[in-house]
Amino acid sequence: MPVLKVYLVALAQTTLALILAPGLVGLIRWFKARLQNRSGAPAWQPYLELRKLFAKEVVVSRSASWLFRAVPFVVFASTVAVAFLVPMLAVPLPFDSVGDLLVVVYLLLLGTFFLALAGLDPGSAFGGMGSSREMTVAALSEPTVALAIFALALSAGSTNLGQIVARTMADPATAVSPGYLLAFGALFVVTLAENGRLPVDNPATHLELTMIHEAMILEYSGRYLALIEWAAWLKVLLFFSLLGNLFVPWGVATALTPGALCWAGTTLLAKLVALAVVLAVFETRVAKLRLFRVPELLAVSFVLAVLAITVSFLAR
Amino acid sequence: MPLLGILLDLMVGGYLCGALAALVLGRGVLARWFTALGAMVGAGAGLLLGILDWTEPRPAGGIDIYWLSITLPLVPESIGHISFIAVDTLGAVFLALVGLVGVPVALYGVGYSRAWEGRRSLRPPGTLLNLFLLSMSMVPLAASALAFVLAWELMAITSYLLVMTEADEPETVSAGNWYLGMTQFGLGFILVAFFLLLPADGSGDFTALAKQATTLSPGLKSLVFVLALIGFGSKAGLVPLHVWLPSAHPAAPSHVSALLSGVMIKLGVYGVLLFALRLLGGGPAWWGGLVLTLGAVSALLGVLYALMEHDLKRLLAYHSIENIGIIFIGVGAGLMFLSYGLPALAVLGFVGGLYHTINHACFKGLLFLGAGSVLHATHTRNMEEMGGLIKRMPRTALFFLVGAAAISALPPLNGFVSEWVVFQALVGGASIPKRQVAVLMPIAVAMLALASGLAAACFVKAFGITFLGIARSHEAEEAHEVPVSMQVAMATLALACVVLGAAAYAMVPALGRAVAGLGGLPPASAATVGWSLSLPLSAPGAVGQISPLPMLLGLVLLLAAIPIALWLFRASRALRVSDTWGCGRIAQTPRMQYTATAFAEPLRRIFAALYRPTEDVSIDFHPESRYFVQSIAYRARVVPWFERFLYDPVIARVTSWATRVRAIQSGSLHAYLTYLVAALVILLGLLLMWGS
Amino acid sequence: MGLLSKIFRTGIVTEAIPPGDPEIVHLVRDVDLRSRRLFGRALGIREVDAGSCNGCEIEISGLMSPVYDSERFGFHFVASPRHADLLLVTGPVTRNMEVPLRKTYEATPAPKLVVAVGDCAHTCGVFKGSYAVAGSVDQIIPVDVFVDGWPPEPADILRRILTALGRGPRT
Repeated sequence: MPVLKVYLVALAQTTLALILAPGLVGLIRWFKARLQNRSGAPAWQPYLELRKLFAKEVVVSRSASWLFRAVPFVVFASTVAVAFLVPMLAVPLPFDSVGDLLVVVYLLLLGTFFLALAGLDPGSAFGGMGSSREMTVAALSEPTVALAIFALALSAGSTNLGQIVARTMADPATAVSPGYLLAFGALFVVTLAENGRLPVDNPATHLELTMIHEAMILEYSGRYLALIEWAAWLKVLLFFSLLGNLFVPWGVATALTPGALCWAGTTLLAKLVALAVVLAVFETRVAKLRLFRVPELLAVSFVLAVLAITVSFLAR
Repeated sequence: MPLLGILLDLMVGGYLCGALAALVLGRGVLARWFTALGAMVGAGAGLLLGILDWTEPRPAGGIDIYWLSITLPLVPESIGHISFIAVDTLGAVFLALVGLVGVPVALYGVGYSRAWEGRRSLRPPGTLLNLFLLSMSMVPLAASALAFVLAWELMAITSYLLVMTEADEPETVSAGNWYLGMTQFGLGFILVAFFLLLPADGSGDFTALAKQATTLSPGLKSLVFVLALIGFGSKAGLVPLHVWLPSAHPAAPSHVSALLSGVMIKLGVYGVLLFALRLLGGGPAWWGGLVLTLGAVSALLGVLYALMEHDLKRLLAYHSIENIGIIFIGVGAGLMFLSYGLPALAVLGFVGGLYHTINHACFKGLLFLGAGSVLHATHTRNMEEMGGLIKRMPRTALFFLVGAAAISALPPLNGFVSEWVVFQALVGGASIPKRQVAVLMPIAVAMLALASGLAAACFVKAFGITFLGIARSHEAEEAHEVPVSMQVAMATLALACVVLGAAAYAMVPALGRAVAGLGGLPPASAATVGWSLSLPLSAPGAVGQISPLPMLLGLVLLLAAIPIALWLFRASRALRVSDTWGCGRIAQTPRMQYTATAFAEPLRRIFAALYRPTEDVSIDFHPESRYFVQSIAYRARVVPWFERFLYDPVIARVTSWATRVRAIQSGSLHAYLTYLVAALVILLGLLLMWGS
Repeated sequence: MGLLSKIFRTGIVTEAIPPGDPEIVHLVRDVDLRSRRLFGRALGIREVDAGSCNGCEIEISGLMSPVYDSERFGFHFVASPRHADLLLVTGPVTRNMEVPLRKTYEATPAPKLVVAVGDCAHTCGVFKGSYAVAGSVDQIIPVDVFVDGWPPEPADILRRILTALGRGPRT
């Protein structure tokens, strides 16, 4: 039945995203290690870490409440829900009518909101600091994202993800239009900010005063930590998929034939690897910004988004 | 329609019985329950009436008259003729709103007023609550200028007296004064606006006013609109007329604050819609642009000031300003599209504004009731003295969390859905033909997105510092859960938040019908949107679709699936309770947690250009050595721009004039006799002059 | 792009771990098979300085350098004992660090390993009997592996952890 097939493809897409996410982050780490002149852990190291974490016990603080224990599930569920909405393999998917690009952004904000609350729950100083900084960065990247969505919606005529992808595939010239390129630049900076990558946040730091995302999860252990880490890695993959498939959509299957889906999987992998290389080189090149310089970076991305809108307006 | 007539009688009767019960019984559990029951019956009847009226099919702009008009005695027929109780669909929406928030608030009042037993008389709050609800229900039901103004003033007076319930605190009195002053200021503008619309024969019926409006020049219509915007904007809390809100809402008892914030300021929105759409029938684009700009500025300023507050209720009051801003963004966008002849987008804008009105009433009411519960339990509004309440008051915390998630526009709750509709309206605004005007839309989108992001940050702070962590004071350690009546009230509103979000597919078409036929919009089509679970929108340039109900179900399903998956893959289930990790520090005290001021500090520094923060650090050294510190006090202040630079000079000028005029009251009997004689002589002289 | 050209000119500098002196590795008890299998490929290490002179710390920081590169074995240093599987403790445990060390041990989720690095951690070294020292590490928390040395080389530390996990030459 074609209806069942569509739902199966959607499920397969989400499963693929879940399986690939640790590998993607492992690949980024491997590239960075190579760029640091060392052999580094193999790209499948995050899978081993997850397996280990699921087997460890959880230590919960006395001052924490039920919220602390519920948040990993909420964060994981909201990120997996986004995985159902982001176009990875094929368009249009059945869940296209459930959420558009705005829903994707706000579902991710849902995860961030609850994670920030979990940072405050155990009553530690680091958790509060992480929550405060994370919410600041999240709030300041909202206008950029909204304007980038606006720019994309202007040319596609809708905020619907499937429609944006289809529109760009139908009209290749839009992909190199200045509006799209500027929006890509703005969204790339937002990707860095939302996923806690350099120069906004160093994912490998041990200095609590330099942490943003890490500080909120210092209290988590065992399977809870595994869920939160996996959700964070899935978020990286989803952002990469958005960057890849919204701006360079060729390869995304429009028909649900095995050949088209295989091709879609291959192009998706290629885009993810390409973006991983770009991110690794970028992170090696830049240093982490002081926290109070991060708004300047986000302002730059905001200006890029404003320019994207202006150009889209003038081009109509 | 007899059923509707019965409901109307029930509504008015319920409120009056509640007021009577409060007056007669005066104290004790019976008084509290009967007062509340009266209010609940009244509000429930009002809610039903509103819903039934709203969903009833009627021709474009049609109204229903229930009660015949009253004629005031001894007053000329033309102005003494008060035409009451005529409902159009727009009014029905607001009537339902009053009932929707009124029922839980009345129930809440039962438990909340128990704290007043023995300290305060229950008569004034109980009576006034019922009268307040009654007057708020009358405002959307009024069908003539006089009826409207009467209901409006009754609402203002009862709410002022309710704000002054706890008048033994000095800041309450000042808050009440500000509130009264601003209300009367607004009333002046509303009266002038009505006067300008009155036809020559003086009949104040809205239909007559609308007809008169068509004969006015565009300049005069614009003047009326601006006057109405100022008058109703001051009630709604639009910047720069918002200064009374942050002091009046916290000063009132919490369930009254819920009504003030949830319902009363929405009647300001109703007034603007009434004038702009029903009476004046739409206008030039700059009306919408003005409303949109004011809305966007209010949204941003409201949330920026909310971030700096550590008084829980003041924080919520500033958020009301922010959400009113969002509502007016929707309304302004609708007005602009209307003037450019884009009816589908206009309806979208108005629907977004109205939907957010209802949603905000629900979650803001819930949040204020939650704040009231916290106040009831800890006897403080200062967030810096709370903490760890989630373990002492678990149910209150859960309901507050639902409200916080709703106001932060997190899917799939109602706050997100209405903001999504407003976003779509703004995105569609790119199809405005004039490009210089269309550029206003992305600016509004950016400001709306920033406001909503900052609101999420603010509510992480509000919920996190209040409920999570370790108790920061003795009261917080000893806090107890609130009585069942208060919990049920909060639960009702929390449920409403979830349901209103999931039922978006029904709400949006219903709200569309509320504005159909007004101001030149096309009348409602007979065919409603199909009963799909999704919310498809299709207007030129704004094509989008979300399905809140499947989203909710999907999230719940995923939440349930994860533990099952963990069990299937045999993940470890071991759990151990230990201390919070504090780098191995010997002791963990509440002082080591983040405070509310600390949480907002990065944003204070980033927006320092707006806040111009000043910091006071005073250090008490140990008497024996300056190397040891006994205590450090840190105080951070932000500049209240509007109060300092707009209101204080005006108030200072007025006060100086008043002081000079007061010189007349010298206290000397001779002087007063001289005034009398002089006045008499002048009047006689004038009479002589005119008579000849 | 001076940085990138320098990176490509330098190339990978990680060296293989030489066999080394087997006497340095003291296994107090056999790390049980379950832990070995669990941590064999992915290990989170939390370093605790219980009053050391920082000589061992400098050697440990060499572990993360490109030459010794502990990450290729799956070891990574973590920011919180809640994320850790192995505690790397240095120094004779001073009185001030006794409680923090215990708290760190309690904060680490089971199953966990403890490795005491350096002579001071094993026998208190030259600080033995000092008024400021509470005792050696195994008198405060249960230790699985000692690495003697003053200070031990990074290669020795690595070798010893690998041996404890069953991935290196055993005595």
